[in-house]
Amino acid sequence: MIRIDSVTKRYPDGTVAVDRLSLEIPDRSITVLVGPSGCGKTTTLRMINRMVEPTEGTILLDGEDIQRQPVTTLRRSMGYVIQNAGLFQHRTIVDNIATVPRMLGWGKQRARERAAELMERVGLDTSLAKRYPYQLSGGQQQRVGVARALAADPPVLLMDEPFSAVDPVVRKGLQDELLRIQDELGKTIVFVTHDIDEAITLGTMVAVLREGGRLAQYAPPAELLSTPADGFVEDFLGADRGIRRLSFFPSAPLELTTDAVVPADAPAERIAAVRSPYLLVTDPDGRPLGWAERDRPTAGTIGTIEAIGTGRLLPYGRPFVPGADSLRVALDCAVLSPTGWAVAVDDEGRVTGVVSQQTIGEAIRAAHSAGRAEDEKAAG
Amino acid sequence: MSGFFDIPSDLQHSWAGLIGLHMREALLPVAAGLLLALPLAQVCGRFRWLYPPVLGVTTVLYAIPSLAFFVVLIDYTGQTELTVMIPLALYSLVVLVPAIVDGVRSVPDETLAAATAMGFGPVRRYLQVQLPIAAPAIIAGLRVATASSISLVSVGALIGNQGALGNLLAAAQKYDRPELAVNSVLTMAALAVLCDALLVLLRVLLTPWMPRGGSRRKPAARREELTPEGAVR
Ligand SMILES: Nc1ncnc2c1ncn2[C@@H]1O[C@H](COP(=O)(O)OP(=O)(O)OP(=O)(O)O)[C@@H](O)[C@H]1O
Ligand SMILES: [Mg+2]
Repeated sequence: MIRIDSVTKRYPDGTVAVDRLSLEIPDRSITVLVGPSGCGKTTTLRMINRMVEPTEGTILLDGEDIQRQPVTTLRRSMGYVIQNAGLFQHRTIVDNIATVPRMLGWGKQRARERAAELMERVGLDTSLAKRYPYQLSGGQQQRVGVARALAADPPVLLMDEPFSAVDPVVRKGLQDELLRIQDELGKTIVFVTHDIDEAITLGTMVAVLREGGRLAQYAPPAELLSTPADGFVEDFLGADRGIRRLSFFPSAPLELTTDAVVPADAPAERIAAVRSPYLLVTDPDGRPLGWAERDRPTAGTIGTIEAIGTGRLLPYGRPFVPGADSLRVALDCAVLSPTGWAVAVDDEGRVTGVVSQQTIGEAIRAAHSAGRAEDEKAAG
Repeated sequence: MSGFFDIPSDLQHSWAGLIGLHMREALLPVAAGLLLALPLAQVCGRFRWLYPPVLGVTTVLYAIPSLAFFVVLIDYTGQTELTVMIPLALYSLVVLVPAIVDGVRSVPDETLAAATAMGFGPVRRYLQVQLPIAAPAIIAGLRVATASSISLVSVGALIGNQGALGNLLAAAQKYDRPELAVNSVLTMAALAVLCDALLVLLRVLLTPWMPRGGSRRKPAARREELTPEGAVR
């Protein structure tokens, strides 16, 4: 565990970058430091590997003051990843990744094998090994940066806005990759970002810092969204915090209706029995084809939907998977659906039911009040 | 009958001998200048306030005519090659110091931070990261310093035939053989071009990591292209 104990950093010009900060960073999880520009995130991170020395206070690593061990030993036990990767432009990818193992005295062969192994782990094709950094895309460079930090298998990983220089799609890919790697390796990761969405996606714990390097709130992301400590945190979380919070509620408890789901070859009586104004038409395997309007003469009078062709159906939009997706996804599906109903499917894509916006709204209210009760229990 | 390559005997060298002498008198000062400039640039990099005065001093040195140097030096080093080479070495500083300082400064902050964070000490970081990345800028500086040194050696003719190929210019006048002057100028030009080509080759060999023309891909990190003009201002 990394324990930051009332640490203050005052730069020689008098700037107080970090002000009496105390944090307990749990092992084997991702702790995110987030806050506006200049609030001391980088400074805090760099005090952990002593690239910046605190003016006051101490930092303990597994109970021992980090001042106690030689600085290079400390640094080599902590991977460091930064924006733009900071790769050595004059070294090949494999040599970049092998840097720390080589410094630790590993043989060339072993270091290269390790580098190749890591390239695979971070999702890089090993055919890139002999390339130089300029021959890689920004996203690939960032992966190399992560691989290089992991090379000597350090228990701690410090990451300073590692994904902020790549486009949103690549960033999403890198975030997913980091979560996957973290699942496999279980590092203690301290991750700096100014992007609250990134903080909520990645963090097990999130520390929100405010200007002047003071801690505004330190909490798991769901708690941050449900009970921001003050106006600053609330503003920082943004106007759609309620919607975002839905990411933390499962969609599984939603009550699905199967009444309106009919196969394309269903008999006319079955179609006539449907109460809702829309019916979801499926193929013989149960996969969704589209929405039909019940009161249009087509379905009821001509007999079967198959007879009129499925080409005239309204698109069913994106379906959600109740076990895997959150309430946020379910709501999104309903909002995007032309009928206002979201389609639920199983892992194989077969329709398990449909759910209206109204039902989702009720589920959200129920989840919120359950969350509040839990918070109160925790507080009281 | 005297030909293009027949060198008057008072020069005490064959044409090839003059070339060897010329190269030695031109290149040794550049090498010495580089050895002097490296620590100087390192100090300027560390203590930034030192850089402008150091730059000023090298410019002033460059502005002193070689003849003035000779007058002073001749009392100590006599009419020798050394008297020619010392000013040349000092002249080379005016390009080499800024070339190295700018080259080392061109290393992106992220790269330096990454090196430090990986546990590089200052010496290792300088030798394994900063110098290699500064190499293109340093070589750009060396190209200018070498070309100018090759032409400046000729002034050594002023102090008792220490100008190597430059001595041919005096001999051309003395023996009324203009072809010797043509020989002198053409040979020096050829040497300058050859040395320049070798330095370019050296840069190509040392920097397989530099983006080259054609299908160039912009790296994510900002990275200045290091052209000779850019490095030397
Ligand atoms: N070497 C330094 N000397 C003086 N002041 C500094 C130094 N480094 C940082 N600061 C100041 O300390 C404060 C915190 O800087 P820091 O880099 O930690 O912020 P940050 O949260 O990482 O910001 P950003 O999101 O922009 O990266 C800023 O006001 C900054 O100007
Ligand atoms: Mg920062």
